[in-house]
Amino acid sequence: MSAADPVMAVPNFLDRDYRLRAWLTTHDHKRIAILYALGITFFFFLGGAAATLIRLNLITPDGALLKAQTYNKAFTFHGVVMVWFFLIPSIPTTLGNFLLPLMIGARDVAFPRLNLASWYLYMGGGLFTIAALVAGGVDTGWTFYTPFSTMFSNTNVFLVVAGVFITGFSSILTGLNFIVTVHSLRTRGMSWFRLPLFVWGIYATSLVMVLATPVLAMTLALIALERGLGVGVFDPSLGGDPLLFQHLFWFYSHPAVYIMILPAMGLVSEIIACFVRRRVFGYRFMTYSMLAIAVIGFLVWGHHMFVSGQSLYASMVFSILSFVVAVPSAIKVFNWTATLRKGDITLEAPMLYALGFVGLFMLGGLTGLMLAAPALDMPLTDTYFVVAHFHYVMVGGSVMAYLGGIHYWWPKITGRLYSESWARFAAILMFFGFNLTFFPQYILGYEGMPRRYYSYLPQFQVLNVLSSAGASVLAVAYLLPILYLLWSLRYGERAGNNPWNARGLEWQTRSPPPKENFLEPPVVQEAYAYDQAAPNAGAPPNIGTQVSGGGPGGGTASGGGAAPTGESLQ
Amino acid sequence: MNAEVLQAPAVEEQFDDPTQQREAATLGMWLFLATEILFFGVLFASYTVCRVLHSEGFAVASRRTDMLLGSIETAVLLVSSSLIALGVRAVRMNERRLASWLFAGTSALGISFLVMHGFEYHKEYEEHLVPGLDFAQSGANAPAIELFFCLYYFITGFHSLHVFIGVVVIGVLAIRIARGAFGPRHHTTLELAALYWHLVDIVWIFVYPAIYLIGRAG
Repeated sequence: MSAADPVMAVPNFLDRDYRLRAWLTTHDHKRIAILYALGITFFFFLGGAAATLIRLNLITPDGALLKAQTYNKAFTFHGVVMVWFFLIPSIPTTLGNFLLPLMIGARDVAFPRLNLASWYLYMGGGLFTIAALVAGGVDTGWTFYTPFSTMFSNTNVFLVVAGVFITGFSSILTGLNFIVTVHSLRTRGMSWFRLPLFVWGIYATSLVMVLATPVLAMTLALIALERGLGVGVFDPSLGGDPLLFQHLFWFYSHPAVYIMILPAMGLVSEIIACFVRRRVFGYRFMTYSMLAIAVIGFLVWGHHMFVSGQSLYASMVFSILSFVVAVPSAIKVFNWTATLRKGDITLEAPMLYALGFVGLFMLGGLTGLMLAAPALDMPLTDTYFVVAHFHYVMVGGSVMAYLGGIHYWWPKITGRLYSESWARFAAILMFFGFNLTFFPQYILGYEGMPRRYYSYLPQFQVLNVLSSAGASVLAVAYLLPILYLLWSLRYGERAGNNPWNARGLEWQTRSPPPKENFLEPPVVQEAYAYDQAAPNAGAPPNIGTQVSGGGPGGGTASGGGAAPTGESLQ
Repeated sequence: MNAEVLQAPAVEEQFDDPTQQREAATLGMWLFLATEILFFGVLFASYTVCRVLHSEGFAVASRRTDMLLGSIETAVLLVSSSLIALGVRAVRMNERRLASWLFAGTSALGISFLVMHGFEYHKEYEEHLVPGLDFAQSGANAPAIELFFCLYYFITGFHSLHVFIGVVVIGVLAIRIARGAFGPRHHTTLELAALYWHLVDIVWIFVYPAIYLIGRAG
């Protein structure tokens, strides 16, 4: 930590202590990020296996592969695992954990022990969910609607609810940790409006995590108590109100969609700025719109309940508010597009993912507007139109962005370069596979095919076969990165500190970074300074020697000059 | 332990100085309290919805609670909250002995709160008012009474869990104060504990009228 340390001698965070014990007790945010990445990848493929069963079953109209009950368990498991054990933690806990302290010039998050505890909670919740699978599965759907989940389902609802409950605390504590980190650990010169947009995305998402997740946790606890004791507030035979459950559930679960998409938006902004070599157009509007999405996102949950018997006037208000939340989302799409204009665009793999994100998110968002209109939602609700809509936002949006981010920061995290041509191939394959899988589902839904049925009318078969064929393309596109990224760990070229010639503090330190992140606290003068030479074209004192690559010596850009004063350190 | 060494708080490696560390910890506590409000918020929202659906039954059920014990519990919690506030002030003024006693007093009042709640629960059990365990009431309002007591046990049980955690934490802190672990420049932990205890207190201020008083008006 002291500037007098000989920079040569400082090992990177991976090269310190290889023992399993050291990894499992680490407080280093970068190692915790990698622990999360392992868990999340595992759950992604577990949820993917359930999706494979679903798509295989739907190749034939009579659902030849699975029995109705097994099919119910397959889509429930797919939903629970993908929502709570992949999508919600994905970007914040992996890339967020790794990058947040680096991007604001801090040594770690504010509460490192709490960070590790969050990982254990996540894995603990995951164990309960796997236990439920081993014990025979659950058939309620990921939404646990009452009274089915409390009175009628004979499956392992308790285990799954316990798993999601425990993982919820991981979410809450991660969000709390990140908010405090952004408030209190920004380095000198890192004022609020110099924060990278990814940090803003993580910050906005953390607000939602902290304020929405307790509601889910308490609601699930009430379900568990009701199931266990046979009494409770959601039970209509006792005078309770099942609609109350839906209100409480969607009060969390709609904002949860923004937990998934806000970090993705921030991440895509970073990638686009780098490969267009420009500051993101309308930076301040980008930050305001992310906060607006986080806040308004709390007020739209009723659009999930248009057909649940909620009052017409409530539906009208929720519909209008859902249209309002589309405005900041649209601002972001316009700004990404405007950033591209007259930019110096190059199409490396992360950029392909980012552009895919913008297109797919737009399609998912626009169909969301259709579903926010009660008149259109009435016929479309619980059809494949809804399924296609949220997969465009979550898979086309969040997962594309997540993979783009993994590719973009892979050289920083591991110090190695992957095969660019394979990565581009996988990105393009993913885009086509995704559209082939889910676009037919829009048409299926429009034609009236309901979701969550293991069989369907014969006239829907062509589109279902197309969708299943697309799913197999998608599966290959998801497996490819695993192969070439693992390959790069051993055989990839050394990346150097800043292979993309990007701006941002994380590129000013070594790849992989030392445990302390920076050998000297960095000072920030401007965000997204793509119109200036890279600050680490040479080797400023806080970088130390590079492993290989990187430019030859030169002047330093950081440290000198009067650092702008201001509200940087609070 | 050497009290002099412990006077200055250790700064963890991610922080630059004690001020930054203190501000981070305080912000973290406030955020935690915000999540607590949302936890209890679900219970209060459920209570409100059920009360609107069954206003008469809830009024009848509310009269079955023990208002005397409930009122004493309220007084006990309010007094304990002022004790801990005085305790933090005493540490700031370097009156360690007094502070230790004030923290111990807070913890003791918390225990008495839990004991009184135990008496309440026992009494209700004898009157067959515990849903799921032993509930035997008759009349048109019986389902509403069962629902009321369901919520009553969720709310007061969840609150008592918080009281219990507070009792343990504050009791441990009382011992640590006596051993000289805190001083005028090093008392963030005590302030955070006091914040938590005030939240427990504030939640009860809403529980008390909603459970005990509301059925007795008019």
